[in-house]
Amino acid sequence: MSIGTKRMLTGNKAMAEAIRQEMERDPNVFVMGEDVGVYGGIFGSTEGLFERFGPERVRDTPISETGFIGAAIGAAAEGMRPVVELMFVDFFGVCMDQIYNHMAKIHYMSGGSVKLPMVLMTAVGGGYNDAAQHSQTLYATFAHVPGLKVVAPSTPYDLKGMMISAIRDDNPVLFMFHKALQGLGWMDPLDAAIGPVPEEPYTVPLDKAKVVREGSDVTIVGIQMMTHAALAAAERLATDGVEAEVIDLRSLAPLDKTTILESVRKTHRLLVVDEDYLSYGMTAEVAAVVAEEALYDLDAPIRRLAVPDVPIPYSRPLEQFVLPNAGKVYEAAKQLVAR
Amino acid sequence: MAIPVEKLKWMYETMVKIRIYEETMVSVYAEGKTPVFNIGAGPVPGEMHLAAGQEPVAAGVCAHLRPDDTVTAPHRPHHHAIAKGVDLRRMTAEIFGKETGLGKGKGGHMHLFDPAVKFSCGGIIAAGVPHAVGAALAAKMQGKDAVAVAFIGEGAANAGAFHEALNLAALWKLPVVVVIEDNRYGISVPKEASTAVASNADRGSAYGIPAVFVKDNDVLATYEAAGEAVARARRGEGPSLVEIETYRYLGHFQGDPEVYRDKGEVPALRDRDPILRLRQHLLQQGLVSEADLADLEARARAAVEDAYQFARESAYPRPEAALEDLFEPAPADVQLAQ
Ligand SMILES: Cc1ncc(C[n+]2csc(CCOP(=O)(O)OP(=O)(O)O)c2C)c(N)n1
Repeated sequence: MSIGTKRMLTGNKAMAEAIRQEMERDPNVFVMGEDVGVYGGIFGSTEGLFERFGPERVRDTPISETGFIGAAIGAAAEGMRPVVELMFVDFFGVCMDQIYNHMAKIHYMSGGSVKLPMVLMTAVGGGYNDAAQHSQTLYATFAHVPGLKVVAPSTPYDLKGMMISAIRDDNPVLFMFHKALQGLGWMDPLDAAIGPVPEEPYTVPLDKAKVVREGSDVTIVGIQMMTHAALAAAERLATDGVEAEVIDLRSLAPLDKTTILESVRKTHRLLVVDEDYLSYGMTAEVAAVVAEEALYDLDAPIRRLAVPDVPIPYSRPLEQFVLPNAGKVYEAAKQLVAR
Repeated sequence: MAIPVEKLKWMYETMVKIRIYEETMVSVYAEGKTPVFNIGAGPVPGEMHLAAGQEPVAAGVCAHLRPDDTVTAPHRPHHHAIAKGVDLRRMTAEIFGKETGLGKGKGGHMHLFDPAVKFSCGGIIAAGVPHAVGAALAAKMQGKDAVAVAFIGEGAANAGAFHEALNLAALWKLPVVVVIEDNRYGISVPKEASTAVASNADRGSAYGIPAVFVKDNDVLATYEAAGEAVARARRGEGPSLVEIETYRYLGHFQGDPEVYRDKGEVPALRDRDPILRLRQHLLQQGLVSEADLADLEARARAAVEDAYQFARESAYPRPEAALEDLFEPAPADVQLAQ
């Protein structure tokens, strides 16, 4: 698909293209995970790779997450560059020791002598009634442990550029992609799931937030789906005469404090929106950073919007009640600017 | 061993009920998802894993169970739930996300809990095996002769939880039976590409427990193998492993493009349909008449239709109910609201 000279790709194709180009460039890059072969990944992240590289470099694994994520760690320590998939982030429980105690800590515990150049990619997000064990984002759970770079891109352009950066990075990167932004045929079709993606390889830094809309009245910080919710809310706010500045965090760890603080110093108001649980989450971290470093720049208390502290319920009215969306962001921002 | 006619009739009716239930779900699930398939649309949204073709496993095993025996099931749970006697109306209402559902709409199709018949299931592969081991431990500590059965797929038999739980069960000689449904695929990955041994029965010896492999989706052979395993558990002689070869007629989930299997595979399987095979057996042996079978089929259909109707007519929960049921009793001072 192309519009003018710009080639348009869905999120999943952008990711798969990044992995393909890195596999072509570097024979140490290989892929492992459940259904990443013929199936191309449940969420399309490895589409076409099996046909291109075959079963040696695109390995379907048994349902043995501790085994194959641990094996990726072992292979990375030997100089391979595995890209390994945990199908849904919610399944972290069966392999968290490998992620939290090994992938995140070996470089540090070895005094920097062991490198783990690996990418763990995983699907996050709800909104399609997949209930409590298949709908979480768990951003904060992983951003909390020192030693992992944790990124969560929200556009096809960033999915490709950040995946290439992640594969080339010498540190373990947890690469979270949002199911609804993959552009899959069986999900609610969203405009945000398709976008311009250059054909040639390029990188996008893993430690920079992005101001995706400039404004003077309130800063709204979001990530992935919540960036898009914030953008939609900002359009509505603009018709009320309120100009919101929207920041797409892109990376949870490291956190780009500079971009957040610069924005808050300009707008004097902060709303943080998250598809993860409220307590101890990303919203708390961003709020704490601003409270510590820019409290006197604020004209109103910080506002947070996130999933209330309950598991994601199945039934549509229940799930819609707990998930933030553009309408809720709009309401919260309206209240905030009125203070 | 001659199987009592009443048991045969129960298994037949159960299998028919399961089949009608799953086939009804195929069309109900498609409502609101045509012409453009969208997993979050329609009266039954979310993932849907159906078990048409796998009826012999559920019926052949649960024929030996009592209401006070525990069953844990995986993400594909309807056949086990029906055979264990889960309240069909409330189960269906749960799948529709209604407030009359087993979990008031909070759980959905992969998370059905019916404590009245000691049934549970979940969406994390192999997680139910240790739960069944724990239920068996409780029965033993409470001096009861109840047993626990964990159902999992052959793909799940490569997960750590399965192996850890089997070792525990064998070590503590617990009354638990682990039943593996070998429907050949874990999503797109065939058993031979995921499992280092041809039969999971070979893994029993690693834990010092009896293990058998039942071939060809055969409900009568399943009944016998499960009967021995359950009886052994009830006698206090410890755990067993039963792997049953079965067939999955539908995709891994509804909407699965099934690029990993031959188009001819399912029609060939359907030619050997286990329900038809049991039907023929019952008639050929002169155990029942056509009229008897028609009665059983009608009763099964009526139960399914009643459950779907109940689910459709039930109300959705209040949105704010999302904030309830986290703790017992509900805390007064914890901030749950946005
Ligand atoms: C820990 C974990 N890993 C992966 C998955 C994703 N998943 C759901 S079903 C499935 C395949 C299961 O295969 P099998 O156990 O054979 O059961 P079947 O689907 O054939 O009934 C997978 C990989 C999951 N739910 N939990």
